[in-house]
Amino acid sequence: MESYALLLAATLNAGTVLALAALGLLINEKAGIVNLGAEGMMLCAALAAFAAVVHSGSDTLGFLAGVGAAALLAAIFGVLVIWLNTNQYATGLALSLFGAGFSAFAGIGYVQEKLPERLHFTIPFLGDIPLLGPALFRQHPMVYLAIGLVAWLVWFLYRSRAGLVLRSVGESPESAHALGYPVRLIRLAAVVAGGALCGLAGAYLILVYTPLWVEGMVAGRGWIALALTTFATWRPARVLLGAYLFGGVTMLQFHLQGAGVDVATQFLTMLPYLATIVVLALISRNPTWIRVNMPASLGKPFHPGS
Amino acid sequence: MLRLEARPEPSRFWSLASPLLALVLTVVIGVLLFAALGKDPVRGLQVFFWEPVKSAYALGELTVKATPLLLIALGLAVCFRSNVWNIGAEGQFIVGAILAGGVALMAGKDTSRWIVLAVLLAGTVGGMLWASVTAALRDRFNANEILVSLMLVYVAEQLLFYLVFGPWKDPGGYNFPQTRTFEAVTQVPRLMAGSRVSIGVLIALAGVALLWIFLFRTRAGFAQQVGGLAPAAARYAGFSSRKALWLALLLSGGTAGLAGALEVAGPIGQLTPHVPAGYGFAAIIVAFVGRLHPVGMVFSAILMSMFYIGGELAQSRLGLPKSLTGVFQGLLLFTLLACDTLIAYRLRWRSSATQAKPSVAMASKKGAA
Repeated sequence: MESYALLLAATLNAGTVLALAALGLLINEKAGIVNLGAEGMMLCAALAAFAAVVHSGSDTLGFLAGVGAAALLAAIFGVLVIWLNTNQYATGLALSLFGAGFSAFAGIGYVQEKLPERLHFTIPFLGDIPLLGPALFRQHPMVYLAIGLVAWLVWFLYRSRAGLVLRSVGESPESAHALGYPVRLIRLAAVVAGGALCGLAGAYLILVYTPLWVEGMVAGRGWIALALTTFATWRPARVLLGAYLFGGVTMLQFHLQGAGVDVATQFLTMLPYLATIVVLALISRNPTWIRVNMPASLGKPFHPGS
Repeated sequence: MLRLEARPEPSRFWSLASPLLALVLTVVIGVLLFAALGKDPVRGLQVFFWEPVKSAYALGELTVKATPLLLIALGLAVCFRSNVWNIGAEGQFIVGAILAGGVALMAGKDTSRWIVLAVLLAGTVGGMLWASVTAALRDRFNANEILVSLMLVYVAEQLLFYLVFGPWKDPGGYNFPQTRTFEAVTQVPRLMAGSRVSIGVLIALAGVALLWIFLFRTRAGFAQQVGGLAPAAARYAGFSSRKALWLALLLSGGTAGLAGALEVAGPIGQLTPHVPAGYGFAAIIVAFVGRLHPVGMVFSAILMSMFYIGGELAQSRLGLPKSLTGVFQGLLLFTLLACDTLIAYRLRWRSSATQAKPSVAMASKKGAA
């Protein structure tokens, strides 16, 4: 029993990293822009957060540094893609390659650094429930923030006027433009907001999940987050579900190892990546389902007035 | 205010000049970076652009690294031209290396010299097999090839780790995670004594010629590219997009796998966890900077190889991390994409008094780059 509670706690922890990044990418994609740079943004954000905490000792500053770094990169990506009409896939890829190189380069001095002891957060009373308490109610505040963010995003996208405008920019930028909305500014705002959330995910990854800087430590989570938006057919609540599911798969490898399952660790490490491939194939199998849910102008450039 | 104005037709001048301008911008940013790190920028430039070409030996090393980059980029160019986004060449490279290594490990002291052919073939087939997973999932299930091919890189990496830490580990290797060194007969023939350059470079150059003929002189090559440029036109002409998808992925998987085989049966000589050197990702940049053109990619492969060697030299001579290579590679792709704007648009200074035609003027606060 004890070990299942631990597994549940770890699943929420791992899922939160994916959820934060995937929700950011969802906002991005709802506005019609695919950013393949998530991996690079998360790496730079993780390094920035780590460096900020090492030098200042403040977690708040760490999270802010992570968010800021990724938002800045996202803004550069946004200007290139939205104003200079560069190819979204190629530019995002450039961002990922650059982010991987730059974080490895700039992070070399932090490889041996250690972070101060992390504060634990306990919800009063609920945290004292046996087994479930520690698993569900003694998590980092960011875990609950991610859940709250989903609720807010559902309201924002489907119940608020601003959300409607955002979605219209992703569905039909021409119509939104004709109605007088500043399509490109809205898209830039969505890209920067998406980058900021990827930054939050990167900061959470290094400050809470694995408090150690290692080159390439994001290990494909940015790409899994991208796959999650398809998995969730661009629905915020399903993103959360998918993130926890993948968090569970990631954690399962440690659980299986602990349980003494006789499989080489490398095959267990493969699990989340294989799961992503299988799930992606199963979800994409139904073309109409994808077509109905996918923002209609996703990945397509928009040139006003041409 | 600086404005972007659409050109009536793409500029031929800028399609050639943009990679050069991008390189200049990358160098300028590099110089600033060196200055910011308190290192002598002149020394930095020397390490990246002079040392890799200053001697016959250096040129040989440059060729050794440019060969896999060029080979992989040739295949990727076919992919990108037909709008198939294969981002997983690194994984195809690794599986090619694994299969080639498997055949090489079977060789004994008196195995025929011809086993080299089997090694290279195994590598090619390995890369094709790995790419065919992506092709099949895209074809059958409509799964996004960017994500699938990329996820398969991580899977391939773990597969390599499993083999070198597990069943293929050299029992006499002091517990290092590596296979035993391959027999000399499996070694890809070298071009000349005293240099590590192998016949791989000839294979890559033959690939350049073949790709040029395929793309610009055959009907199949034409059909391949129409699908990428105008899917509707391709359907109308009866060109199969399924065929284009499979051809692109099998070709690029094959070249990446062959590059992997040439590496392990050449400079490396055994399987180790360090076989993946990022060539698969760097080749994406090689393909773009080379304009997806066979000849252009020869130059960009050499340039990217200079970055690799420069990064290694920066580590040993200047005490800077080797990952500087990745910074320069990423920067080059970034600046290239920005400069490419000049192919389709013209920069114009416009005073706010004179009204440009709103139909073509593109507002931009920052302008290019």
